Amino acid sequence: MSETRKITVSALTRVEGEGALNVCVEGERVVDVKLTIYEPPRFFEALLRGRAIEEVPDITARICGICPVAYQMTSVHALENALGVQITPAIRQLRRLLYCGEWIESHVLHIYMLNAPDLFDCHSGIELAARFPTEVNRGLRMKKIGNRLLEVLGGRAIHPVNVRVGGFYRAPTRDELNLLLPDLRWALQASIESTRWIAGLEFPEYGQECEFIALQHPDEYPFNEGMIASTMNSPLVVGDYESHFAEQHVKHSTALQSVHRDTCETYLLGPMARFNLNRDQLYPAAKQLVNELGIKIPLVNRFHAIIARCVEVVHAFEEAIEKIENYVPPSPAYIQYAYRDGYGVAATEAPRGMIFHSYEITAKGEVSKANIVPPTSQNQRQIESDLKDYIQRLLPNKDEVIAANCEKLIRTYDPCISCSTHFLKLTMQRL
Amino acid sequence: MKEHVENVSKKRLGVFKFASCDGCQLSLLSCEDELLELAGMVEIAHFLEASSKVAPGPFDIALIEGSITTRHDIERICNIRQQSKKLVTIGACATSGGIQSLRNWADHKEFVSAVYANPEFIDSLATSTPIADHVAVDFELRGCPIDRGQLLEVLLALIHGRQPKTPRHSVCQECKRRGTICIAVTRATPCIGPLTQAGCGAICPAYGRACYGCFGPAAQVNCQALSEQYLNSGTTELQMIHSLRNMNASASVFQIESNRLQSRLRDSST
Repeated sequence: MSETRKITVSALTRVEGEGALNVCVEGERVVDVKLTIYEPPRFFEALLRGRAIEEVPDITARICGICPVAYQMTSVHALENALGVQITPAIRQLRRLLYCGEWIESHVLHIYMLNAPDLFDCHSGIELAARFPTEVNRGLRMKKIGNRLLEVLGGRAIHPVNVRVGGFYRAPTRDELNLLLPDLRWALQASIESTRWIAGLEFPEYGQECEFIALQHPDEYPFNEGMIASTMNSPLVVGDYESHFAEQHVKHSTALQSVHRDTCETYLLGPMARFNLNRDQLYPAAKQLVNELGIKIPLVNRFHAIIARCVEVVHAFEEAIEKIENYVPPSPAYIQYAYRDGYGVAATEAPRGMIFHSYEITAKGEVSKANIVPPTSQNQRQIESDLKDYIQRLLPNKDEVIAANCEKLIRTYDPCISCSTHFLKLTMQRL
Repeated sequence: MKEHVENVSKKRLGVFKFASCDGCQLSLLSCEDELLELAGMVEIAHFLEASSKVAPGPFDIALIEGSITTRHDIERICNIRQQSKKLVTIGACATSGGIQSLRNWADHKEFVSAVYANPEFIDSLATSTPIADHVAVDFELRGCPIDRGQLLEVLLALIHGRQPKTPRHSVCQECKRRGTICIAVTRATPCIGPLTQAGCGAICPAYGRACYGCFGPAAQVNCQALSEQYLNSGTTELQMIHSLRNMNASASVFQIESNRLQSRLRDSST
């Protein structure tokens, strides 16, 4: 006998954006899972047309208040690619330093405020702080130091103002950056302690085999450039991104979803993917910590993403200290350029995973076409596929239990679709 | 029992999101030094980005992030208004429509089809409008993003039942105080600091670039006088229009001036 049960459970909080989860079960089989994103569209790719290229990093930052630097960095690299501009090594180092600040701020927010509460069945980071004041306060202080780095380098932490095509409006002085060193050194130790604490906790177990994709660079842990590397396929140059990956528009989501163009296969980006593909490029203290904690490679349990995030925070503090100790202000702070007709692409590593931009520009210095592919839209299909598999395993449980567990699984991907999702309703249809 | 009494006297806070980037509610989570203390002063009844504990209204203080861009969101904001004693907009989207209000000057259908392969799946209004176009707003906190210090001032004022005090003067005064060389006078770039409300700390000029108006219009500004000044010294109409059409494009005084310049541009091209 087939019975239809429709259950709606309010679920997904502590993520960025708005969404819902619809599950369809026939008998003992999960037949369909749809992660619905109903974040209202804001049409960035359309409104960028006709704007001066100099305005692009200020506008694209507004896609996401959690990772504005990722949008700014990808924009300026893609525009420089279109203009044929080569930035200097000193500018490149300063951009990496800025990205360190954003990874710290975004990762620590996710670790302490959004993700760790789940490991103790707390509703929020604030509740977690009541139980673990030392650990959460340490996290908040680390986050503040990351924000401070963004403020010195970018003017402010959310929507920094100092990034421009060709470099920076103004290079910070050595003194300005040196003042950050004592705090950064404290934070490096704190992030190591923090990783030991998190890695020692108990985690739920879930991870099906999947393809991990991240940028890969011969000399560095990836931030601003590299080949598109995969745990299953050969590496690609960034210029081949659009011919290799396709964005699909489905009815249930205002976020477009990415898949491999030829096979329609899904893939997963983010800290686990970067860690699995680039662990040899971690800075020494981070690498040593990985060995000390015996973190096995590859990480596949999705609930372990928080550990990869912790290790990346250690790396980011360590690299920030090194960059500041060796800092020589780039002079000039930006490279001059001449307008020309062109097309340019870039991919960088946002805290949540690889982000891709392409632009067509005119000889008047205006954008004529823009394509922006954020990490969450690339992960969405893989998240759905994981959920389908996960719910199948959880099926004997009550719907509330399934919902609560799905919510926790979804949070591990750090989805962001306003980069976007605050309120998720689980609709479970049992046929 | 004691805790119960405390809970009764605590103000109930709701934080709600509409079309936005999340940056303004993140500013609340970025008050690292004050966050835990603040959480002890109010009952966080609804703040989805921070907590999975969701309680129904009514709310003593509702903070609204984001602009209105769907029919459903019009219903939602009316509903929140009915349940809230004080309703405060936080940020440029909620206060003046945000960067997404650039669609108000464009062909919405064309915008939808430029981004989405299947426009029929998209349910979106042709305009992005501020919260005050739909419901009464008790206080507007400006900025893209809002300033953390100003947010704390607003919250503390509302918790203690007084009127928030935030400056309405222009960025120029902050520049002078900071000792920054005036971009408007010394460089051939249209700095709109003279039109823009203080609150950011005049960071752009301090980093060697023109203010791009992310805090929206200051009190009693003369947009036309400033843009005429810039047009006379080499800025094109299009540049000036774009300077005004950013994160606060739909703030009325910016809108009036950018529309004036656009019609002039149209007249001169015919």
